[in-house]
Amino acid sequence: MMRPLVCLALVAASSLVAAQDTELNPADLLKPLSDSWPTYSGDYTGRRYSALTQITPANVKNLTLAWTTRLAAGPGGPVAPVPFGPRPPDIIVGGVGDNEFVGATTVKGAILSVNGVLYVTAPDNVWALDAHDGHLLWRYFWRTRGGTHIGNRGAAMWRNYLFFVTPDDFLISLDARTGKERWHKEIANFNQQYFLTSAPVVVDNHVIVGTGNDLDSPGYLSSFDPESGDLQWKFYTVPVNPGDPGLETWKDLDAARNGGGHPWLPGAYDPETRLYIFGTGNPTPAYMSAPRGEGMDNLYTCAIVAVHVDTGKMAWYFQTSPHEMHDWDSAQTPILVDGTIDGKPRKLVVTASRNGYYFTIDRRTGERLVTSQFSGTVNWAKGLNAKGQPVRDPAKDHHVGGALVSSANGGATNWPPAAFSPDTGLLYVPTAENYAMYYLTELDPRGAMGLGGKEEVGVGGGGSYISAIDYKTGTTVWKHRFRTAVGDGRGGPGLLVTAGRLLFGGDVSGNFVAFDPASGRPLWHARLAANVSNAPQTYLVGGKQHVLVAAGDTLYAFALY
Amino acid sequence: MRYIHLIALAAFVSSSLAASAQQPPTGGRPTSPTASSGQAGRIGGAGIGAYPTREPGDPAVVERGRNIYSTNCAFCHGADTRGGASGPSLLRSAIVLDDKGGELIGPVVQTGRPDRGMPKFPLSNAQIADLATFLHSFAVNGYDSSRQRPATIVVGNAAAGEAVFKTKCASCHSPTGDLQGLATRVPDPRALQQGWLMPGSTAGRGGGPVPARPRPPTVTVTFPTGQKFEGELERVDDFVVALRTADGGRRAFRTTDGTKVDVKDPLIAHRELLPTYTDAEIHNVTAFLVTLK
Repeated sequence: MMRPLVCLALVAASSLVAAQDTELNPADLLKPLSDSWPTYSGDYTGRRYSALTQITPANVKNLTLAWTTRLAAGPGGPVAPVPFGPRPPDIIVGGVGDNEFVGATTVKGAILSVNGVLYVTAPDNVWALDAHDGHLLWRYFWRTRGGTHIGNRGAAMWRNYLFFVTPDDFLISLDARTGKERWHKEIANFNQQYFLTSAPVVVDNHVIVGTGNDLDSPGYLSSFDPESGDLQWKFYTVPVNPGDPGLETWKDLDAARNGGGHPWLPGAYDPETRLYIFGTGNPTPAYMSAPRGEGMDNLYTCAIVAVHVDTGKMAWYFQTSPHEMHDWDSAQTPILVDGTIDGKPRKLVVTASRNGYYFTIDRRTGERLVTSQFSGTVNWAKGLNAKGQPVRDPAKDHHVGGALVSSANGGATNWPPAAFSPDTGLLYVPTAENYAMYYLTELDPRGAMGLGGKEEVGVGGGGSYISAIDYKTGTTVWKHRFRTAVGDGRGGPGLLVTAGRLLFGGDVSGNFVAFDPASGRPLWHARLAANVSNAPQTYLVGGKQHVLVAAGDTLYAFALY
Repeated sequence: MRYIHLIALAAFVSSSLAASAQQPPTGGRPTSPTASSGQAGRIGGAGIGAYPTREPGDPAVVERGRNIYSTNCAFCHGADTRGGASGPSLLRSAIVLDDKGGELIGPVVQTGRPDRGMPKFPLSNAQIADLATFLHSFAVNGYDSSRQRPATIVVGNAAAGEAVFKTKCASCHSPTGDLQGLATRVPDPRALQQGWLMPGSTAGRGGGPVPARPRPPTVTVTFPTGQKFEGELERVDDFVVALRTADGGRRAFRTTDGTKVDVKDPLIAHRELLPTYTDAEIHNVTAFLVTLK
């Protein structure tokens, strides 16, 4: 590891002042989302529904910029030289590799907001900012061994410790007061081409995080002790040993062991049952049926899975794409809803899947209650089976001459988080409608590894939307199409909804927009320097509700004055 | 697994095209990493990363290892190590991926796996080292290059395609008019197929040349007063529209006050036809169009 370079004066000073105030009590994570944003989805429900009500449809027209901050990544200095004022804090450098990621800095994750401090991440980088004005408190940079630097979904917090993962397979703990590294643990195998992007989730004394991989390696979720980083449990999303449940849904053990199913986004947590509920990724090889067992379900890939948070033992699962064939993960963060179905109160979990289908599930039992198609164009399924699962049409996997399939690889929705409002009973889902030609390019019956064996060329044809789905029926109550020159349907960024009756999100043209959650009508907007790249969030500091959003390497906070 | 790119799409596309200069256009990332383990470097680009690479083995050692492999292993694991009738692929095996110089492969080979039907092979440690060098000579990554590629994407029936053309395309296009010599102008059948399905569109993943958009959309902006502006659409969103008028001037308007925006997409027919095609119709039309030399 590189020796950390700490600017003693500045960091020490800020840590002394803030020492008593930064700490996050794990019990606070059980509270509904309000003044702070202490975990990936704001709270454990995944709803991204804030109780804050200062900003409303009546006053949103006066919403204005409070501050903006451009984040400097990497080992170098600030984005631009600072002509006046104090020198920014030095960078704390860690890492076991010799490489420096120099790709574009894009914030694609959640920004923690705890006790007046914001914690922001991008691959290999963490920043701590003052929530009042975005002032930089400290920054941490990790020299990498490599790995897929595609995004980082944010940090997790336990007392005064921060946790985040790196593309080269480390879980890292920092002291939240100073940014100094506490420890780093290798939690996945770099030789096997694992890479890590997820935000960890803290539940009590568990730090839970899942894997990513584009080669044929098994996915897993693991839990670590926040003090020591020691492994507490590990749950594989595919069978890896003889006799493991689900093995009968694979061609053989070797196929299952190479079966993917990576849980690469954070899950939700239900304190009543102590179940951690999450989604799993696609089976691998992604586009090859025969090596996995033609027509076999390939459990527990592309499923919603519930595990006991203390043991990692599975309680139930529901597979949203049996034998998935297009790399359409079901890893999207599921959302817990306390609702009513057929006049009876029910504890539910809902998800809009990358495959274009929406599901309402009983979160205690895994019983599926509602399935609907929320994408207007998806054509890969023949219909639903008796369990309410879409049934794959093999003719729409791919074809030597090309198969016209909706959706393109990005899917009907993807990692940009959905939001749910108990006020409207609607789930708001960033939605893409589009087509692509999928060409089979590998005739070897053994197929290809990973994402190989097919080539895909997009043909557009649809549009980018926010869909508002009634959880009781699966009906799309309204759908706002972002106006663009032509319908190329790439989908939009994540969403936030508030008790102030506003839905916040970015469009596909660089605007940050507040919508009426009942109708989808835009009520306010501001154009940013780039498209929104994460999901908007909100927090209270100095008595003011702020709405915070990232666009590439720049954060914007809006408030009323 | 694969993620959607929102902001970095343009950058991603350009990098994937750069990658496909060396590799078939899988729409993925370079198969040869830009930096290797143990060597300082800078890695960059949206989603582009590097995984451990192995120093190229001495060709003579690789060849020795190949001979040992062919004699002892290929029958079950396939001549190319990708698996055979009774043995799994070694290429993606965790043991092989973790192995450096035979230290993990050796024990498996020398003791066998009787529970899975693999006999033991009494190879010497030197032979194991050669075998490992051979196994490590293959590139392994999630964007696996296709090896047995189909000779052509043209799989349809030209006569049936001509019939489809007459019902779905002939109101705007003619084989003896605008499409005369099409297959000469666009000799790659896949580019031709993509081009007739949706000229110029490259949304989604994957490379491959696609003909440029023929004409941009036009737009009519109508104010509540009834005043109208028409022109070539430059950009539009829910709040602002910009157009170029016939005299070359640029006009931009805020549209949140009841102003009507009517975009006319010259490709609307292509867009509306998309959901109506069967794959067989697409293949047949392409088989017909490739005859228009």
